[in-house]
Amino acid sequence: MKRFLPFVIIAAVALLTVGIATAVYRVKTRSAPAAASGATPAPAEAPEDPSLHVRGPRNAPVTLEIYGDFQCPSCALVSQAIDELEKKYGDKLRVVFFEFPLEMHKHAMEAALAAEAAAVQGKFWEMHDMLYRYQHVWAEATTVNFFFESYAESIGLDVARFRADRNAPDVRARVMADGTKGESRGVKNTPTIFINGTQLRTSFSPEEMQSGIEKALAAGKGS
Amino acid sequence: MPNKSIPRSESSPTETGRPVVYWVVAVIALLGLADATFLTVAHLTGDDAVCGSLAGCSAVLGSAYATIKGLPTASFGAAAYFTVFSLAILAAFGYAQVRRFLVLMVAAMFLASLYFLYLQAFVLHAFCPFCLFSAAMTFLLAGVLVAVPADR
Repeated sequence: MKRFLPFVIIAAVALLTVGIATAVYRVKTRSAPAAASGATPAPAEAPEDPSLHVRGPRNAPVTLEIYGDFQCPSCALVSQAIDELEKKYGDKLRVVFFEFPLEMHKHAMEAALAAEAAAVQGKFWEMHDMLYRYQHVWAEATTVNFFFESYAESIGLDVARFRADRNAPDVRARVMADGTKGESRGVKNTPTIFINGTQLRTSFSPEEMQSGIEKALAAGKGS
Repeated sequence: MPNKSIPRSESSPTETGRPVVYWVVAVIALLGLADATFLTVAHLTGDDAVCGSLAGCSAVLGSAYATIKGLPTASFGAAAYFTVFSLAILAAFGYAQVRRFLVLMVAAMFLASLYFLYLQAFVLHAFCPFCLFSAAMTFLLAGVLVAVPADR
């Protein structure tokens, strides 16, 4: 019996590791089965809602939707990667941004409100880019008002109006609506990316996004 | 004194000097395995929340070095730790012939950990605590095997 004991121990550890890893994987991905299977693609369902934050032409064959949190470091990295993809794919790619500020990031909600307040003056993407570019500056600050107002000024916003809009109930409601919509689509963390309605399983990697876009383009050609 | 050790046949394991060392190695490898498995699952689910608000952590786990040929780098770590665990268990039960592979495996992991530390410090300029823990486990494994030679 003792001769077999080491192999029994090794097999038990292997099974336990695979079992626990599989269980955790299933729990973490359970909330988005529809998107993963493509059964109910809740895609670019936009017969263009004017309040959507969109870059790229409406008839682009690929729509990349991102649920982002301006204080999430990975979101900042992914944002840079998306910029590169937009350059690469041009009119073939349409990017839609949704707010998904996480509670664990202390300034995420304030940043989302700042972006939406900038959107009121038609400069969402300018503020979006500023927030990600200088994330490392404001993310650890005690208060962020000074930073956000200086960004507002530098992108040409009416700062007094920006300040008022950041506290406006409808601006907050806009952020909350994105969050609710994201949750209904199974979004749990950021960044979460959908390409033509199908959720990418690894949002981290630029290669994964490019591969998703290529697949979507190939599927579009085939249909 | 009669010899009460288990009689050996040709296929039986041979005696190793200090099996306790191998049990220690096995426990350390298990800790590394848990860490690497956690990172692998986090990567596969795209779960950025593992990093909390640690900027460096996300920068490392979201970098181009987080995957090798499309597979999470952490999965290679998990495989390596599992191999070390298996070899250590076999060595602890007297399979002396596996010790050489165990030392070679830990040496390879030691070099890989140095490389990943270099990437974090000088290429990415960011550190991921889970990766540092894994490196610490590998250094501990190497330290144990070097400081406490198992055979005499």
